[in-house]
This record gives sequence, structure tokens and C-alpha cells, in this order.
Amino acid sequence: MNDLIGLVDWSRAQFALTAMYHWLFVPLTIGLSVIVAIMETVYVRTGKERWKGITKFWMTLFGINFACGVATGLILEFEFGTNWSNYSWFVGDIFGAPLAVEGILAFFMEATFVAVMFFGWNKVSRGFHLASTWLTALGVSLSAYWILVANAWMQSPVGMEFDPAQMRNVMTDFFAVAFSPVAVNKFFHAVFSGWTLAGVFVIGVSSWLLWRRRNVPAAVSSMKIGTWVGLAGILLTLWTGHGSAVQVARVQPMKLAAMEGLYRGSVGQDIVGVGFLKPEASRTAEEPMAFSVDIPYGLSYLIYGNGDGFVPGIDDLIDGRSITADGDTVYGLSYADKMSLGKKAQDALRAYGEAQVAGDTEAMAAAATAVKANFDYFGYGYLPSPEAAVPNVDMTFYSFRIMVIAGGFLLALFIFMLFVCYRSPKFLEKPWLCWLGMLSVVVVWVCSQSGWVLAEVGRQPWVIQDLMPTTAAISGIPTSSVKLTFWLFALIFTGLLVAEISIMLRYISSASKTDIQKVQH
Amino acid sequence: METIEMLQAYWWLLIAVLGAVLVFLLFVQGGQSMLYCRSTEAERQLMVNSLGRKWEFTFTTLVVFGGAFFASFPLFYSTSFGGAYWLWMLILFSFVLQAVSYEFRRKRGNIYGTKIYDGFLMFNGLFGCVLLGVAVGMLFFGGDFTVAKSNILDGSAPVISQWGPLHGLEAIACWKNLLLGFTVFFLARTMAALYFINNIGGDEAFTLRMRRKVLVNGLVFAVLFVGFTVLLMVSDGLRYVDGVFVSEPNIYLHNLLSMWWLAVVFLSGVVAVLYAIFRSAFDSRWRSGIWYAGFGAVGVVVVLFLIAGYCSTAYLPSTADAASSLTIANSSSSEFTLSVMSCVSVLIPFVLAYIWYVWRKMNATPLTDKELKSESHTY
Repeated sequence: MNDLIGLVDWSRAQFALTAMYHWLFVPLTIGLSVIVAIMETVYVRTGKERWKGITKFWMTLFGINFACGVATGLILEFEFGTNWSNYSWFVGDIFGAPLAVEGILAFFMEATFVAVMFFGWNKVSRGFHLASTWLTALGVSLSAYWILVANAWMQSPVGMEFDPAQMRNVMTDFFAVAFSPVAVNKFFHAVFSGWTLAGVFVIGVSSWLLWRRRNVPAAVSSMKIGTWVGLAGILLTLWTGHGSAVQVARVQPMKLAAMEGLYRGSVGQDIVGVGFLKPEASRTAEEPMAFSVDIPYGLSYLIYGNGDGFVPGIDDLIDGRSITADGDTVYGLSYADKMSLGKKAQDALRAYGEAQVAGDTEAMAAAATAVKANFDYFGYGYLPSPEAAVPNVDMTFYSFRIMVIAGGFLLALFIFMLFVCYRSPKFLEKPWLCWLGMLSVVVVWVCSQSGWVLAEVGRQPWVIQDLMPTTAAISGIPTSSVKLTFWLFALIFTGLLVAEISIMLRYISSASKTDIQKVQH
Repeated sequence: METIEMLQAYWWLLIAVLGAVLVFLLFVQGGQSMLYCRSTEAERQLMVNSLGRKWEFTFTTLVVFGGAFFASFPLFYSTSFGGAYWLWMLILFSFVLQAVSYEFRRKRGNIYGTKIYDGFLMFNGLFGCVLLGVAVGMLFFGGDFTVAKSNILDGSAPVISQWGPLHGLEAIACWKNLLLGFTVFFLARTMAALYFINNIGGDEAFTLRMRRKVLVNGLVFAVLFVGFTVLLMVSDGLRYVDGVFVSEPNIYLHNLLSMWWLAVVFLSGVVAVLYAIFRSAFDSRWRSGIWYAGFGAVGVVVVLFLIAGYCSTAYLPSTADAASSLTIANSSSSEFTLSVMSCVSVLIPFVLAYIWYVWRKMNATPLTDKELKSESHTY
């Protein structure tokens, strides 16, 4: 069992490493592709050559980043097979389809038109080139859509049923999978966060140009576009973020409780604005926080749109406890009950297999009925204790707060930058403002990474919510092999990241010594 | 034939086509393996920039090949990737290094220097081709694995597919798999030389050298290919008959003969590749060899996949437990999923059409040193 835990932990670490590195590059690709397309549109519509130069400057940075995103993305797709082979069989019938559609519809679009973007300036017409740039941006977003459909399905499995004969889940409703509310919301949240990140990136690089007094007109023009895209991005990210929270309350209440560090919920539940959890050893259900500033009724309003709703805490969920609007305490299924039902489903599946071997169709039918009746709790049958269904509360709580606080800062930044750009452009060259713009680049990446840490750590211990824990999803490989590949990936990805940052900085520095607006080829 | 069987056959055909297109596009890897074969710096620049405009297609096809396999035959994805761990990891490492090398190799500030990135390209050029060939070789010569779906209910060791202790290294050490691996490698080099003849202009000495490379690599490829084909045709395989797997001598030969139209495609493909090799080598004005070799290679590889998977043949035979072997029937997705994806696959001709259109637009004139010097974005 210890071997299994070690293997699961290292497999999780490897997947987390790959996903986090991938998500360093991808949001910039998503957002910058749109910004570059807007810039080129301005060039084509106005015919001003300066915009061609500006477009090419940002397009080069896009290209440097794009390669790293592609490299890490390859690994991510194949790791489902290499490290989570049980998972690949158990839900491959559903999960594989979005990945295949992503490849057919999105990857080829990206691969084809990105080549025109970079090498087609003198080979195709202006209109065709502009269309290619927009199609690349569309391909990037389409790609994001399908992989997020797959991810959303792990958080909220829909459109499927369990087939005991094959011991796996099979798809029954493609549209339920492809257009589930969780998937649609997750897509928009992720894509708009990419716009936000790229907006800050453009502000950051432009701020450096302004600080060094190089290419000031190009920097100001770029900053305006970056700020508008970023502002639209952060506003839409906040909106879809609210939608995400509402959906988490519906399909992953344990994740919501962990996000709030909430052990005992109540009617009219407050939300923690700022706070620190007590160390786990001294934390109690009644007093989990060492310090907090709460917003009264905030969580109930956030989830239900009114202050009367009951939001369950971690202990409530484990015990199956809830409170009615009248203040009565009622009990539903506890996690211990769910574990029992999950074991029943697994026993019935075992009986089904034995009946199948024996050719006893009657027993098979009875077992299949029992599996179906309890399948909603199938994954609980693997858990050693009810407490094992609780994610890491500290990581979930703090990643949520970091994301929200950083997001609030970015909203203020965009509004402020927009004001300065249009009302007091002379301020743009103030060193403190330039440094604010540059340092914000770090903030937006921390914000972006925190979002994914929240989404994925909060899902634990499930690989598929309620149906399969990570311990049941793994491949049968030695832990030592995964350790070795983990460190190899860590080395390679870190090496690539360092090289990318170095190339970007050198390019920005050297290109800025020439007139960006006069780059002509 | 029932609907599910038709869908399984259709998706195996699509997998075969994707695999075949991937083999064709491995000319990028073949070209990478030639970067330091007596090339001048200027020639290397031309070669890298010529390949650099196409590497994404190979990469994307590999990803789509994996995704399509996952969606249509998830038990293969689960068993092969999760089992032959080291084989697939080495393939992935080589492609990760490739993905950044074109963009980074000559950029200032790239830290490691151009030669390191070129080394990555050459590593991918050699190992990418050979190891992918090894992976495909397992479709014929088997893998060391067992499958027991009921294991999923074993809380302490819930793994469905178990592989032998070497986890794919034994497949790399198998000479039969390596024979296919090196066949693919020399085919990739041959096609790379054909591609350079087609895509790089303005340097007759370079083109002449490429014609010689076509001949040399083409002859090595032809010898290896004949060896592999003979080996395949005399090999045993497993066929699923009346609920059990039965070992059958010369199974792939039997499959080829029982589907005579595949034999016609196979022979036509071989003739097209040989025609491309010899005419390119000896006709100093002919530049279209890549298309003949490309279509020929695609045809041959499609046939190889089809004789591996059709006629109830085990396309991933288990050397450890014959009953665990995978066929397109026992490893596929459900009828519903295959139907849905078949609807999506209707878009493939549209995708192919825009790729073809853009390829033609971008390659209307051969790449020259002069064009390279006037480009703002080069590798």
C-alpha cells in the first residue's frame, strides 16, 4: 500500500509539474494571439506601416512563447496514458473524444496558420495574412475549449453511464459532455484569464520600453491595446469566476468548503475576505481561523443570491448534516454511508464479473442493477476513511485568496493604466509607474497559477469527482521510474523556461534599440 | 457486419491513415538527422529553415495520432502508454526538445548555444524515427503485457494493464522492432533529401548532393524494407477465432492475400517510392520525387496497419498472455462514441483541404538563400 501511495504521489507530482509549466506558457499564447491579431487588424485597416512593425515585434514574442507551450502540451496529453492508464481505460470512452476533436479541429488550424503568420508576409495577400492571424487565435482558443471540456468533465462527470460488462464508463450524450455548464464556464474563465495575462504582459514590456525611453510611441500604442484587452479580460474573468464558484457549490461542495476553510457551515454564511488558518494541529471546526476579516452573509449571497442559504462546511459534508431555512438540522447521506454504498457497488461489480464467467445471466442482471443503484458513490468505495475525501485545505484556501486578491489588484491596475494612457499620458514615463507595470507581470502569473492550483488541488482526492480517486487511476510502473522522469521533466522544463525568458529579454532589449515601427520586410 | 464492427474498422482505417501521414511527415526528422552531414553553415541554414516551416505538421500529427488512438481504442492507449513507459517517454523527450529547438537555436540569449539546439534536432531526428518505428513494430511482434479489467476492484493494486519489468526497454532491444525502426529512419532520410530537392532552390551543387543522398539512403532503406517485409510475411500472429486467440503462421501474408486490394495498394506504394528514389537520383531536372515517395509511403503504411488490425488479427499481441492481446474489437470505444467521432471526422477533408491550400501557397517557389536573408523571422 505504501508503494501505491508513493507511486500516486510521484505521478501526481509529475502531472502537476507538467500542467503548471504548460499553464505558464498557454495563457500568454491565448491572449497574445488576440492582441497581435488586433494590432494587425489596425495595420490592415489603416495601412500605416508603423502598426506592421508593432505587430511583428509582439508576434516574435508570441512565437518564442508558443514553442514552449507546444512542447509541454505534448507531454500533458500523453501522460494520461503513461501515468494514469487505469483512468484512460475507465473513462477513455468519454475523455478521449474531446482530445481527438481538439486535435482534428484545433491543432491543425494552429499549425497551418501559424506558419503563414510568421513566413507569409511576402507570400500571401494582406487579407489572407490577417485571416491567418485570426485563425491562429481561433485555433488556440478552440484547442483550449476541448481540453477544458475534458477537464470540466473530471470535475463534473455528465453524459455517461457505467457498463459493468466492460468495467468502464461509456458516453451516452456527447452534447452533455461538450456543452456542460461547467465546461462552458471553465472555458470562458480560462480564456479570459489568458487575455488578462497577456494584457499585463504587454503593459509590463511597454513599461520597460517607457522606463528606458525607447520606442515610446510604439510602447504607448501597445499599452493602450494591452490595457483594453486586459480590462475586458479581467472583467469577464471575474464574471465567469463567480459562475465557477456557483458551480463548485453545486457539484463540488467539498472544494468550496476547503476554499473557505469552512468546517461548520451555517445559514447566512459569511465569506472570509482576508484571513489566516490556524495550524492544522490546533484547528477546530468551530475556530479554524487564526485571524479573519469576514463579509457577513457573503458566501450565501455568492452562491444563492440571498443571505438565507445554507452552505455546508467540511464536517457537515462528512456527517451529511445540513440546516433548513427554518433552522432545523437534518441529516442526509454521510461520507461513511457513501463509502458503504460505494463498496456495495464494487461488490456488485465483482459479483457481475463472476456471474459473467459462470454464464449466469440472471445473476448478471441482478448485479448490474445493484451496480447502477449505487454507482454514484462508486469512488467512495476506494476511500480508507471519510476524512480521506477532504482536499488539502491550506493549499485550496490560500490559492483561492491569492487568486482573488491578485485579480482585484489587476482590475485596479487596468483601470488606472487606462486613465493614465488617455488622461495623463505624461505619467506613463514616471519610473514608479513603469516599475508598477513591470512588477505586475509577476502578479498576473501568480494569479493565473493559483487559479489552477485551486481547481486541481480542490478536486482531490478525486481524479473524477466521486467516481474514481487518484489511487485507483494509476499505471503499473515502478515508483523509481516516475521519480526519474519527474526530475528529467523538471530539468528540461526549467531549462526551457530559463531559455525562453532569456531570449525574450534579449529580444526586447535589442529590438528596442531600433525603431520597432520601421521594421520592414 | 454490425454497426459497431463497421465503426471499429473505420476508426482503425483513420488510425492507419494518421499513422501513415505521420511516417510521411517524418521527413522533417530525417532532415534533422542530416544537418551535420558535410553541410556548410549556409546550407544548414537553408535546411533548418526549410524544415522549420513544416515541423509543426509532424508534431501535430503525432499529437492527433495519440488523441485519436485514445478516443477510439482506449485500451491500447492505456496498455501501451502505461506499460511501455520508457519507450514512450524517450519518444516524448525527443519531441519536446525538437519543439523549442527551431525557434530558439539562433536567437540571441538562448543560453545553451546553437549547437546544443542542433544536437536536440539531431537527437529527435534519429531517436524520434527509430523509436516510433519500434512502437509500431510492437503491433506485429507483440508486447510483454497482461490485461485484467477486474483488477480495478483491487484497492491495493488496482492496475488493469500490467507490463513486464523492463517497461518498454525490452521492445527497444528487440531486433525485429529495431529493423522496422531503422527502416523508418532511412525512409525519413530519403524523403528529407527529396523534400530538400523540391523545397530548396538556387544552389545546384546542394541539390546534386541531395540527389546522391536520395540514392544512398534510398538503397539502404530498400534493403531494410525488403528484410522487414520478408520477416513480416513469415511471422506468426494471433487471430481471434470462436472466443479464443489462435496462433497462425504467416498471418500477415494471409491477411494481405485475403484482402487483395491491399496487396495492390502495397505494391503500388512500393513502386511509387522506388520510382521517386531512382528518378530523383538520375534525372537532374526532376523535383517532384517527394510527392511520389510520400503517396507511396502513405499507401504502404496504411496497408501495414490494416493487415495488423483487420480480419480479427491481434494488433497488439501479448507475448506474456495471448488472451490479453488487443484487437480492434476488444479495445475500442463504445458504438456511441465511435459514431459521434465519425460525425466529427467528416470535417477531416476540409482540414486536409486548407492544409493543402496553404502548403501550396507557401511553397509556390523554392526557398533560396536570398529569400532567407530578406526574411525577418528565420530559424
